[in-house]
Amino acid sequence: MSIDRDEVRRIADLARLEIAGGDVDRMAKELSAVLDFVAALNELDLADCEPTSMVPAAASLRDDEPDGRRLTSEAALAAAPERERDFFLVPPVVENVNP
Amino acid sequence: MSANRWWGRPATTLAACVARGELSAEQAVESGWEAAATWEGDVHAVAHADATVRATAARTAPPGPLRGVPVIVKDNLCTAGDYPTTCGSRILAGYRAPYDATVIRRLRAAGAVLTAKGNMDEFAMGSSTEFSCYGPTRNPYDLTRVPGGSSGGPAAAVAYGLAPLGLGSDTGGSVRQPAAFCGVFGLKPTYGRLSRYGLVAFGSSLDQVGLFARHAGDVALLYSLLAGPDLRDATTRASPPPDVSAWDRGVKGLSFGWPENLWREGVEPEVVAALEAAAASLERAGARRVAFDFLPGTYAVATYYLVATAEASSNLARFDGVRYGPRAPSTDVWSLYVRSRSQGFGPEVKRRILLGTYALSAGYYDAFYLKAQRARTRIRREYQAAFGRCDFMLLPVAPTLAFRLGEKTTDPLAMYLSDIFTIGANLAGIPGLAVPLGLAGSGLPRAVQLVGPEDSEPTLLRAGRALEVRGEVARLGREHETEFPWPMKR
Amino acid sequence: MAHEAVIGLECHIQLATRSKMFCECPAEFGASPNSNVCPVCLGLPGALPVVNRAAIDAALQLGLVLGCTIREASVFARKNYFYPDMPKNYQITQYDRPLCEGGALPVRLCETARSFPLIRIHVEEDTGKSFHPERTGDRPVSRVDFNRAGVPLLELVTEPAFRQPEECGAFLAGLRRLARWLKISDGDMEKGHLRCDANVSLRPPGSASLGTKTEIKNLNSIKGVEKGLTAEIARQAAVLDAGGRIEQATLLYDADHDKLAVMRSKEYAHDYRYFPEPDLPQLTVDAAWVEEVRGRLPEPPWTREDRYVDHLGLPAYDAAILCETRERSDYFEAVVGAGTDAKRASNWVMTEVLRHVNARGLSEREAALRLPAKSLAVLIGATESGRITSASAKEVLEEVFEKGGDPEAVIAARGLVARSSPEELLPLVREVLAENPGPVAQFRGGKQATLGFLVGQVMKKSGGRAAPQVVQELLRAELGALR
Repeated sequence: MSIDRDEVRRIADLARLEIAGGDVDRMAKELSAVLDFVAALNELDLADCEPTSMVPAAASLRDDEPDGRRLTSEAALAAAPERERDFFLVPPVVENVNP
Repeated sequence: MSANRWWGRPATTLAACVARGELSAEQAVESGWEAAATWEGDVHAVAHADATVRATAARTAPPGPLRGVPVIVKDNLCTAGDYPTTCGSRILAGYRAPYDATVIRRLRAAGAVLTAKGNMDEFAMGSSTEFSCYGPTRNPYDLTRVPGGSSGGPAAAVAYGLAPLGLGSDTGGSVRQPAAFCGVFGLKPTYGRLSRYGLVAFGSSLDQVGLFARHAGDVALLYSLLAGPDLRDATTRASPPPDVSAWDRGVKGLSFGWPENLWREGVEPEVVAALEAAAASLERAGARRVAFDFLPGTYAVATYYLVATAEASSNLARFDGVRYGPRAPSTDVWSLYVRSRSQGFGPEVKRRILLGTYALSAGYYDAFYLKAQRARTRIRREYQAAFGRCDFMLLPVAPTLAFRLGEKTTDPLAMYLSDIFTIGANLAGIPGLAVPLGLAGSGLPRAVQLVGPEDSEPTLLRAGRALEVRGEVARLGREHETEFPWPMKR
Repeated sequence: MAHEAVIGLECHIQLATRSKMFCECPAEFGASPNSNVCPVCLGLPGALPVVNRAAIDAALQLGLVLGCTIREASVFARKNYFYPDMPKNYQITQYDRPLCEGGALPVRLCETARSFPLIRIHVEEDTGKSFHPERTGDRPVSRVDFNRAGVPLLELVTEPAFRQPEECGAFLAGLRRLARWLKISDGDMEKGHLRCDANVSLRPPGSASLGTKTEIKNLNSIKGVEKGLTAEIARQAAVLDAGGRIEQATLLYDADHDKLAVMRSKEYAHDYRYFPEPDLPQLTVDAAWVEEVRGRLPEPPWTREDRYVDHLGLPAYDAAILCETRERSDYFEAVVGAGTDAKRASNWVMTEVLRHVNARGLSEREAALRLPAKSLAVLIGATESGRITSASAKEVLEEVFEKGGDPEAVIAARGLVARSSPEELLPLVREVLAENPGPVAQFRGGKQATLGFLVGQVMKKSGGRAAPQVVQELLRAELGALR
């Protein structure tokens, strides 16, 4: 199974990662090698195997009780890379509007 | 080496001495740091530490079964108010969690003292602790070799005596393999028996908090204090956890599986020798060997590298420079994400995020992620069938003893295949215990792995204890409870 | 060219639970920014979701009342995409195994009973809110508040069964009413409790295939939905009529200027990479839970409306107004239950009570506290029997809604019992006749209508307390006697 440079870039975009120009080919090669290896799964007979769910189905649900153990705004914003009073700040979000 | 008489003593003994007033909690904690004075400069097991913080924690430790006992916890467990939580990554540089993980809360409530945060492969992705942004941890038994990973820091620290107990996390073997490489016990519990609330997620359906100790009894005690349902983690089991108080009962009447087909090839002679020695010891102790073939681990590795990376690619999306962590300068949101993440994540993490994103992406979901989840069901059934024939299985932990630094860092696939014997337990959600078995001729620790069905921790601990007392270095005498030679600083 | 519009709606209902969908933070509105947050809804490392039972219960209520099939084992899924108001950069939602499927919402449109089919209803979490464009100093920024992140949402997707924007407006009005009726949401579109995106495509009338559809977002009111759809249908028709092709796009509607703008270009097309949420168990809703919810469902508004028309004989228009809210129709039924004729009760509620409610900006609950249904029944009875005049009744309502109090007590205190004895009234009648020679002459000249004027004058003189029927009789008698 082979991943080419364009595919690496497409996946990197989805994951919001930038792979430096020189590394794209290497990454493509490494990923292709792993995918080749992973193809071994085709050798298994999976006829009556449903996908696994690890979580016990009978787990109980939470009561609708608000709990005061939430964070103060100070605690919430303490690690903010950029803030102004009670808000997190980010660069402007542009909706890409074309009237 | 200084003759600190607390080095190597079980945590239970240390706690008893503190309770009797033979030494203070602060002295108990600092005794580990005397060992660090000798070792830490070379081994580099610690990511974050603070003498004032730990002294205060020791002084104010509440009464409990572990009062005064130092514990090193892997740096992907959230600890509030004392140390940063950075997961070995630049993208969390300086991050201080505002809450304690549940297991940390339970540890503190038992009186234990968090003595340091342990170094780790970035976001638990690695098998050698060579991928930390703080630099590698080295194996105390041979500083040119890796301690294993991704919980290499806690394993190495417990090995050289910084603390008698350690917490790590195990997603594909990240507690058992470093335990084996460093000559200590490492337990990965049944999935859902230890809370994951506050464990920074890597592969949500595979992750479990794991336990390190030099003594089987300590593993049992730590497990009994930490296991149990948590309302904050919907993946924990609601029923009471298995009772491990009979960990010293012995293995008479128990049977162990012996899937020799797994190590006929591709496994170092010392690993095979350890297995043979362990099997012989267990038989002498009254257990019965049952030979059968088992599904080769390559399928488990293939399954794992689709499921774990897929879940990780989603779990790590939250690291984006918006709410915490360093932020790269940028004038629009797209660049904010791409630059912060690209600068913050190391190459192995990026590789796995890309792989996981690919496995989930449109058009590939069925062929990769879904197929892997089906293969996982098949693998679980293989374990279920095996445990219909025996109470637990004896397996290698890794195909080799501790390998050299740099040996596998350029070949991701080679690194992944070193997990070939540990990954299956994570896929199946079953417990696994790495049991140290002395040193090979080269001076490197040897170990074996015991795996059993869900909630078989009591059985695994009984078998581990049986191996402990019959270990080939039992000549040191059980009364000292220090079976294993200390790492010799060369 | 003739075109048929094919419209589907995707609605989000913000639930009025006390805590959020996956954590214990209060789901309340209006707190100061980033104060209703915790590790879970802030997406801090290590945090995990736990499902709020009340949100599932609300979904069950809505699904059952709309006739959906409830899935016994439904699955939560992650929808992965990056956006600053997304704490985890994935949203926990439901994908291929939603909680409710099928069902339909009955709607009355132009006096006709219609039913608009649904595809599905599922549960998910809301995002935070980002505010842009903003500035700090001289730098453009966006601000983000995570108070809303994690609040439970129900997503309801309809079949593309709408053909006119008005149908969509009626559907949303019905959905809003229902959400409030069940008390699962405040349903206020302007506050974002009820949100709507629309998909619209055109095709030749009678065709079975579907044209390329566009999506319209930012429809913030029922009127906005209708106008936005109208604008987009017109735009698409113009493109097709000129021989062009419709490009798939997401559009933002600007209600102030009645304009559409293209929101996203295709290169940011999302691949959401849905997969089952590993941190949550399968959601198991067994038959016992379903029946328990079914057992406490209130009578739906459309059933009540039909009942008012079919059994109480009310006009459809009245029934619709009475059933606009559950409080109002409960109130109306209590008035009828206290013995009042349905049509009278309906008139009084619709005209008098609602007038005060609107003029004073009262909630219907407050109104019911000030004038309990039984008290209104008594007041209506007193007016119908002539014990008080309708003018006096209005006085009573004025006082009761202003200050509260029992109508009987007000009647007594103000001496509002109608004067109906001829002995009391005759002097007034004669005064009025003496003071108004002109109208008297007109009446005697054949203009019957001036009688009303004369009755009015007597009413005025009596401070509204004279029984109008008696006054009228006395006037006729006196006028007749004048020869």
